[in-house]
Amino acid sequence: MVLPPLIEARSARAPRAAAATLPNGLDTMVVRRPTVPMVEVRLHIPLPMANSRTAAAAIARGSLMSSSMLFGTAQRDQRQLANDLAAVGADLAVSADADRLLFSTAVLRTGLSTVLDLLAEILTSASYPSAEVVAERDRLGQRIAMALTQPGVVARMARSRRLFGDHPYAHTMPDPSMVAELDAGTLRRSHRDRARPYGATLVVVGDVQPATVAKQASSAFADWVGPARGSRVLTLPDFEPGGITLVDRPGAVQSNIRIGGAAVGRRDPAYAALKLANLIFGGYFSSRLTENLRERNGFTYSPHSGVDNAAAGSTFIVDADVATEVTARAVHETWYELGRMALAPVTQDELDLARRYALGTLALSTATQAGLASTLTSLVGQGLSASWLADHQKAVAGVTIADVQEAARRYLAVSSLATVVVGDATVVEDSLRSLAVIRNPE
Amino acid sequence: MPVRVPTLPAHPLHRLTLDNGLRVVLAPDSTAPVVAVAVYYDVGMRSEPLGRTGFAHLFEHVMFQGSAQLPKLEHARQVQGSGGIFNGSTHLDYTNYFEVLPAGALERALFCEADRMAAPLLTQETIDNQIDVVKEEIRVNVLNRPYGAFPWLQLPEVLFDSFANTHNGYGDFVDLESATAEDAAAFFDSYYAPGNAVLAVGGDFDVEQVTQWVERYFAGVPARTTPQRPPFAEPALAEDRHAEVVDPLAVTPALAIGWRVPDPVGDFEGFLPYVVLSELMSDSDASRLEQRLIHRDHLALYQAMYLGLFGDPFDARDATALMFQAHHGRDVSAGQVLAAVKEELKSVAEEGVGETELARVQARIAAQLLRQADPVLGRIQGFAAGELIHGRAEFATELPGRLAQVDAGSVAAAASALGTQHRAVLELVPGARA
Repeated sequence: MVLPPLIEARSARAPRAAAATLPNGLDTMVVRRPTVPMVEVRLHIPLPMANSRTAAAAIARGSLMSSSMLFGTAQRDQRQLANDLAAVGADLAVSADADRLLFSTAVLRTGLSTVLDLLAEILTSASYPSAEVVAERDRLGQRIAMALTQPGVVARMARSRRLFGDHPYAHTMPDPSMVAELDAGTLRRSHRDRARPYGATLVVVGDVQPATVAKQASSAFADWVGPARGSRVLTLPDFEPGGITLVDRPGAVQSNIRIGGAAVGRRDPAYAALKLANLIFGGYFSSRLTENLRERNGFTYSPHSGVDNAAAGSTFIVDADVATEVTARAVHETWYELGRMALAPVTQDELDLARRYALGTLALSTATQAGLASTLTSLVGQGLSASWLADHQKAVAGVTIADVQEAARRYLAVSSLATVVVGDATVVEDSLRSLAVIRNPE
Repeated sequence: MPVRVPTLPAHPLHRLTLDNGLRVVLAPDSTAPVVAVAVYYDVGMRSEPLGRTGFAHLFEHVMFQGSAQLPKLEHARQVQGSGGIFNGSTHLDYTNYFEVLPAGALERALFCEADRMAAPLLTQETIDNQIDVVKEEIRVNVLNRPYGAFPWLQLPEVLFDSFANTHNGYGDFVDLESATAEDAAAFFDSYYAPGNAVLAVGGDFDVEQVTQWVERYFAGVPARTTPQRPPFAEPALAEDRHAEVVDPLAVTPALAIGWRVPDPVGDFEGFLPYVVLSELMSDSDASRLEQRLIHRDHLALYQAMYLGLFGDPFDARDATALMFQAHHGRDVSAGQVLAAVKEELKSVAEEGVGETELARVQARIAAQLLRQADPVLGRIQGFAAGELIHGRAEFATELPGRLAQVDAGSVAAAASALGTQHRAVLELVPGARA
């Protein structure tokens, strides 16, 4: 087979971001990328939870707070605010998790200052009108009930509880009974307490001049002030690996296999090697896991592994949704491939392929306004700047076979991972028992 | 004061047609060292024969199972090993395959696409393997979850009558399991002829160089007769239709409405106001239905109105539909939601749309189109679909301007037409307990 050559094209340079800190403590990160006359805006506000006892309540509060935040300000009601955002092409989304509050929108180039002004208005004077908050509280409760019927949600929750014990990350969904107890006053207090500029970062990418954005931002956010707050995050707890946690879902025609374990994050020297080990194992289509489970055995549609980077630490995960009747065989094959990663070196071809994919897709994902804005925001979540991208490119280029094997031995070994299966226990339990001890869900 | 809506600088388009009939669209753009390649075949779920439901999608999977010079798995390795990504998708009227890669891998991507256009490996072994994979895809997206594929899989049965328009495009398991290598060979022979395809290439390249490569790799694919496409249009509904489906995994009800709309190709002028209407009704917090159903009357948990089964107004020929779906609580009846939607349409029809509101909707439409056009893949998908469905790649470039010209009167007229015609309603009844 003679294939056309790959040409060394002009390399994708890692983006340069203009970074600054406003007098109120808000960090800004701006990249000019005038590919279309649009601007991507993200505002990341850390909401670190330093207390595992109150984490569940904080997550319920954060969830309703984020979904009620656009119900009006001191100057505008819900409708006026929605109209004024739409008029500049924006559709502002607000979300919260155990790490942060995140505002996200794209806007026409001509509407950036409007969006920044409205963001500042929301941050300084979101009104949380009682009647609307009560209605949203009921909707949120029903949306959570709906989510809890999705097997993917159930499986993620079960793995998080298994891995994170009483850490805030164990709560991947707000508790509906805690949501039901919230009121507008609580949200207003919580907003005042948590939505503060120190430690927050505004990311702007698009058809802009960084100097102009700096002026617009400092004028828009001048009145958003507040003292710094603690930024300590709870370290992730240890968990007891081994066994299979089985969550019964009677009648399920598929089983959701979810595996997880501790990993290293973007600051760690072993991160690049772990990323490549992950790719070779199950992180992309040309991986061992996809070849085995999907292309050889037809057990599953889209098996996948990855490294989740959160503020408190990183986690290696494996996901596969498989036909009920092959559940134990699929777990066995997945463990087999994990074991092979940990015990034997990968080939030079596998490493080269994964490396080119890692470098190529890094360039692709930062080639669009939205992709770059999301990448930068994700880095901000770990306290990193845009320069990490160039450092990571260099690190990936230097990874050796021995580095990959060492990372696999440490982070992909079955003995250090937790396995969770959501499925029809009456069908799958016996065969799973022949692989490992069955544990009850946490 | 309405915001000034910026427009996209026009990228030059280059077109050629090879002797074997392959239509080629080249869209050079050197803003990033990235290229995208897309091949669109003029066959989708609607062309599946009786007893072969799901075959177009199954065949899409099989196209990744190797070709004359690339063994199984090698397509993925070539693309990903060049630092790129790939995928494919099956629509009502076409099936597409695409890659996004670093610019230096363009020739290799063209080689890979040409190799499978010439001769995909169609063995029973790989077909059996992909039948298993597709069944798992259907289980994960439809059978093992609540609201699976609602309403695109269920509403067409109520809204349309012909097999082409109503059948399950994901496929019945019985049909999938009986698929053979001979079926695949016949399907390939009829529908995957170069004259039935469009190749689009975008990004950082030299037009002359790429023209040479296209000739080198694709000109050798032998010409074959292209199939006659039967019309899929259907007459208007003679009466309102209503059906229920029980979802054993759902805990809260859902509702879908479908309306017939003008031919998106033959009556493009008449179709465009419906695009603006769907945005006015349903896009963003400011829209009429979000205001009414969520914020004012607290009737729904979620609402969406959109054109086309999959939410793309421009990826299908006639017949297509205006779709509405809502999730609502058990304490709200489907009738309440239906009545509110009807009233809101009536209000647009009778009271019209003000200048400020229309400007706002136009700003949102422009912003969404611009955002879609930022990735090079988004741009060339627009060109390829434009060429295939509308006969002109330039369609994608002209669309923002055409939508911006839609006036308030024609939006009101579209709403009025919906009010006087019959519609299909599908209620999803929850079969599980909360």
